Amino acid sequence: MRRLTCRLLLVATTVAIFSTSPATAGDNGVVQTPSIFTPASTPAFAIRELALIVFGITGVIFAVVAGLTVYALMRFRRRRGDDGREPPQVYGSRQIELAWTVVPILIVVVLFLVTARYIFAIERRAQLPEALEVTIVGHQWWWEIRYPKLGIVTANELHVPVSDPARPTPTFITLQSADVIHSFWIPQLAGKMDVIPNKTNRIWIDPQKAGGYVGQCAEYCGLQHAGMLLIVAVQTKEDFAKWVAQQQAPARIDAEVRAGRELFSSLSCINCHAVRGTSANGVFGPDLTHLMSRRTIGAGVIQNTPENIRSWIDDPASLKPGALMPAMKLSRDDLDKVTAYLLALR
Amino acid sequence: MSVRADTMTSRRGAEAHRPLLAVLHEWVVTVDHKRLGVMYVVSGLVFLVVAGLEASAMRLQLAWSGLHVVPPGTFNQLFTMHGTTMVFLVGIPIVFGFGNYLVPLMIGARDLAFPRLNAFGFWIFLFGGLLLHFSFLGGEGLYGGGAAPAIGWFAYAPLTERAFTPGNATDYWNLALLVAGVGTVATAVNMVTTIFTMRGPGMTLGRMPVFVWEIATISWLTLIILPPLTAAQIMLLLDRFLGAHFFDTQAGASAVMWQHFFWFFGHPEVYILMLPGFGFASEIIPVFSRKVLFGYATLVAASAGIGLVGMSTWAHHMFVVGMGSTLNAAFAASTMLVAVPTGVKIFNWLGTMYGGKIRFGTPMLFCCAFLFQFLCAGLTGIMLSVAPFNWQLSDSYFVVAHFHFVLIGALLFTIFAAIYYWFPKVTGRMLSERLGRWHFWLFVIGFNTTFLTMHVPGMLGMPRRIYSYPADRGWEIWNLVVTLGLPLQIIGILIFVINIVISLRRGTPAGDDPWDAWTLEWATTSPPPVYNFEVVPVVSSRRPLWDLKHPDDPDGPHE
Repeated sequence: MRRLTCRLLLVATTVAIFSTSPATAGDNGVVQTPSIFTPASTPAFAIRELALIVFGITGVIFAVVAGLTVYALMRFRRRRGDDGREPPQVYGSRQIELAWTVVPILIVVVLFLVTARYIFAIERRAQLPEALEVTIVGHQWWWEIRYPKLGIVTANELHVPVSDPARPTPTFITLQSADVIHSFWIPQLAGKMDVIPNKTNRIWIDPQKAGGYVGQCAEYCGLQHAGMLLIVAVQTKEDFAKWVAQQQAPARIDAEVRAGRELFSSLSCINCHAVRGTSANGVFGPDLTHLMSRRTIGAGVIQNTPENIRSWIDDPASLKPGALMPAMKLSRDDLDKVTAYLLALR
Repeated sequence: MSVRADTMTSRRGAEAHRPLLAVLHEWVVTVDHKRLGVMYVVSGLVFLVVAGLEASAMRLQLAWSGLHVVPPGTFNQLFTMHGTTMVFLVGIPIVFGFGNYLVPLMIGARDLAFPRLNAFGFWIFLFGGLLLHFSFLGGEGLYGGGAAPAIGWFAYAPLTERAFTPGNATDYWNLALLVAGVGTVATAVNMVTTIFTMRGPGMTLGRMPVFVWEIATISWLTLIILPPLTAAQIMLLLDRFLGAHFFDTQAGASAVMWQHFFWFFGHPEVYILMLPGFGFASEIIPVFSRKVLFGYATLVAASAGIGLVGMSTWAHHMFVVGMGSTLNAAFAASTMLVAVPTGVKIFNWLGTMYGGKIRFGTPMLFCCAFLFQFLCAGLTGIMLSVAPFNWQLSDSYFVVAHFHFVLIGALLFTIFAAIYYWFPKVTGRMLSERLGRWHFWLFVIGFNTTFLTMHVPGMLGMPRRIYSYPADRGWEIWNLVVTLGLPLQIIGILIFVINIVISLRRGTPAGDDPWDAWTLEWATTSPPPVYNFEVVPVVSSRRPLWDLKHPDDPDGPHE
C-alpha cells in the first residue's frame, strides 16, 4: 500500500515536471527575483531596514529561548541508573515570573515605538507638486493604468521616471478596483496595498535605479489570480519623456491595415477595447492604442509577439484559462487581418 | 494489574461477538461524552487526511513553474477546501473532541451538563462537514459555477457575490459553515456549563487542570466571536438569495466590512485552536519531566490574557487594506502585546522542565518539537505584527509558512502528543513507542523541510493562492524543496495510522495510569466506565494523584 502510494507520487511528479508550459513565461528582458531584500525605492528601503531590526531582535530571542530549551532538555534528561525518585517539586517563583513578564513587555514597547515611526514615515509622506500621478484600476485579471494629467491610458506596464534621491520625483499611485479586491505589490519598490472596489487607496514609490521591476496581484481575485502580473519600467527622465510623447500620440492610421481596422471596428472588439481616435472606446478590456509598445499581453502571462497576438484573438482561454475575453471565432483570413491591424498599433 | 487486563480483554471479546449493526447503533445513539469525544477526534482525523490530500495535490502543482497537475479552477477549489476543512473540520472538532472526552474526567464529573445537546452538536457538525464536501458533487447549481467553492477560506467580499461566483458552490461553503457553527456553539455552551457547575468535590476553579482552563477560555471565546461570523454569513446569504446589498460593492456596499466581521471571528479562532494545544503541553510536559507545572497561576492568567487581548487584534489581518496609520499602529500594538502572555507560557514550560528528570516518550518528543516550532511561529508572528514589514509579507508565502508553523508545527504536534498520551486511557492499550518514534522523526523532518523553506519564496515576492508562477522569478528551487518535504509527512501519517490500527488490537495493555500521571482521569480504569468513576474522588490539590502517591508530601500546602 505504501509502496503503491510512493510510486503514484513519483509518477505524478515526473509527469508534472516534464509537462511545463509556455503559458507562464515571464519577460526575460527585465525580470529579476522580486526579493524584498533588494529594494530600489524609499518605502522598500525603509521596510528592509525595519525588517533587519526585527530580525535582530527576534534572532536574539530565538537564540536565548531555544538555547535554554536545548540546555534544559540535555541537562535534565533522565539518566541511566536513575534512582526512580521524583525530583524536587518547584511550584513557581514570583520574582522569576515577574521578570519574564516584564522583559517581554519592555521589548514590545521598544518594538512598537520603532514600528509606529516607520508606519507614519511611510504612510504620511506628503505629496510633492512635481510628483507623477498615476491611477491604477484592478480588473479581473489585468491592470488598467491611467496618467490623468498626461492623458495616457495603458495596461499592465507601469512606466515611471527614475527618482534622484537628491531631487526626488516620486510617483503617487491611486488604487481603485472595477470588480473584486486585488492587491498591488511590487516587492522591490514598496509594500503591498489592496485594490478595493468602492475604496480609494494611495501608495507611493520613488525608484532610484532605472530598470524593470516585477510584481503581481497579491489578493486572491478569482480564477486567474495567478495570471495578473505587472511590470514597472523605471526609465531615465529622457526615456520617460520619450515614452510619454509616444503614448500621447493618437493611434497610427496605417493604410496597409485598413481592412483589419474596418473589421476590428465592425466586430464586438470595440465594446471592450479602446483605440484612441477611433470608434473603439470600450473600457472593459485594456486600451489598445499603443498595444505594440508593451512587452507582454494577457497581463504578463505571454510575450507580446505576432504569433501570441494571433492566438490570443483566436482563443484567449488557450493561453490564459478563464480570461474574460471570449474566443472571437474568426475565419483564418479575418484573424490575419485583425492581427495585422493590432500589430500596427505601435 | 493482570486481573484487570483479563477482564478488559474478555469485555472486548464480548463486544466483538455482537453484530456490527448493534455496535454501530450504539455509537450512533450514544450521549456518552467519551464516545462523542472519540467520534469528534476520529472525524477530525479523517477530515485531516482529506485536507492533507488536497494540500498534496497543490504542492505537486507548485513543485516547479508552469506545471499542469491540476487546472487553475481546481487549484483554487483545493486551497479553499483545504483551508476551510483544516480550520473548521479538523482543528475545531479535535480540540473540542478532547475537551469532550477529558473535561468531565478531569474535573470529576459523570458526563457533560447536556449530554443530548452534546450528541446534537456532534452530528450537526459532522453533517455540516459532509455538506461542505457534497459541494464537490452538487455545487454546479443552475449556472454551472464550478463544483467546490473557490473563494478562499476567508471568502472575501465581493468575490462571494453572485456577480462573481455564480452557481451554488459559494452557498455550500456558507451554509455548511453555518450548520457546523451551530454544533460548535452547542459544545461551547456545554463546556462552560459543565466546567462552572459540575466540578467534583474539592475541585475548585484554582485546582482545575490547565487543559480544563484552556477549554473554558476557548468556550467563552467561541460564544463571543462566532455570532459575528454567523451574522455576516446570514448577510451573505441574503445578498445571494434575496438581493440584499450588504457586501455588494456595485450597489455601494463596503468590501472591507466583511473583513472586519470575518477577522473578528477569524483571529480569535486561531487562539480557540491553539489554547487547547497549550493545554495538552501543560499536561504532558510536567508528567514527562516529573515536576509540577511551574507557575500554574501565571499560566492560567496568560491564557485568559491571550483570550482577552486576542479579541482586539483582528485587523492585523488587514494591514494592507488601507486602514490609515493610526489604526495600523493600534493593531500593531495590540498584536505585539499578545507576545507577552505567549512568552510567559513558553517560560513556564521551560521552568517546568528545568531541574526535572525528563523521559522522552513519544508524547514528550512531540511536545519538544512543539516548543521549538511554536517559538519560530511566535517570532514570525512578531515580524508580521510589524505593520510595514507586514505590507511586504502579507498574502505572501511567508504568511502561509507562519500559520502552518502555528497550526501544524504547534497545534498538530501537540495533538499528536495528546493522542499518544491519552490513547491508553481511551482504548486501554498503549500505542507502539517504536512506531511512534518513526512517526515523530519523519514528521518533524518533513514538516520543517516543507515549512521552514516556505518562508523563503514569500520573502522573494511569491504571493499565495497562485496556481502557477513564471519560470524566471527564482522561486522554483524553493518550491521544489517545499514539495520534497511532503512524502516524509505522508509516510509519517501512514505509520501513525498503522500504529493506531495495530495497537488497537495488539497494543500492550495500559492499566489505569501508564504514565505515572497526576490528574483525575488516570484514577479510573482504562477505558473508563460509562459513569467515569465508581466513587467520585474528593480532591484537595491540583494533582490529586500526586497526593495519593505521596501522602507524606501532598501538593496542598504548596499551592
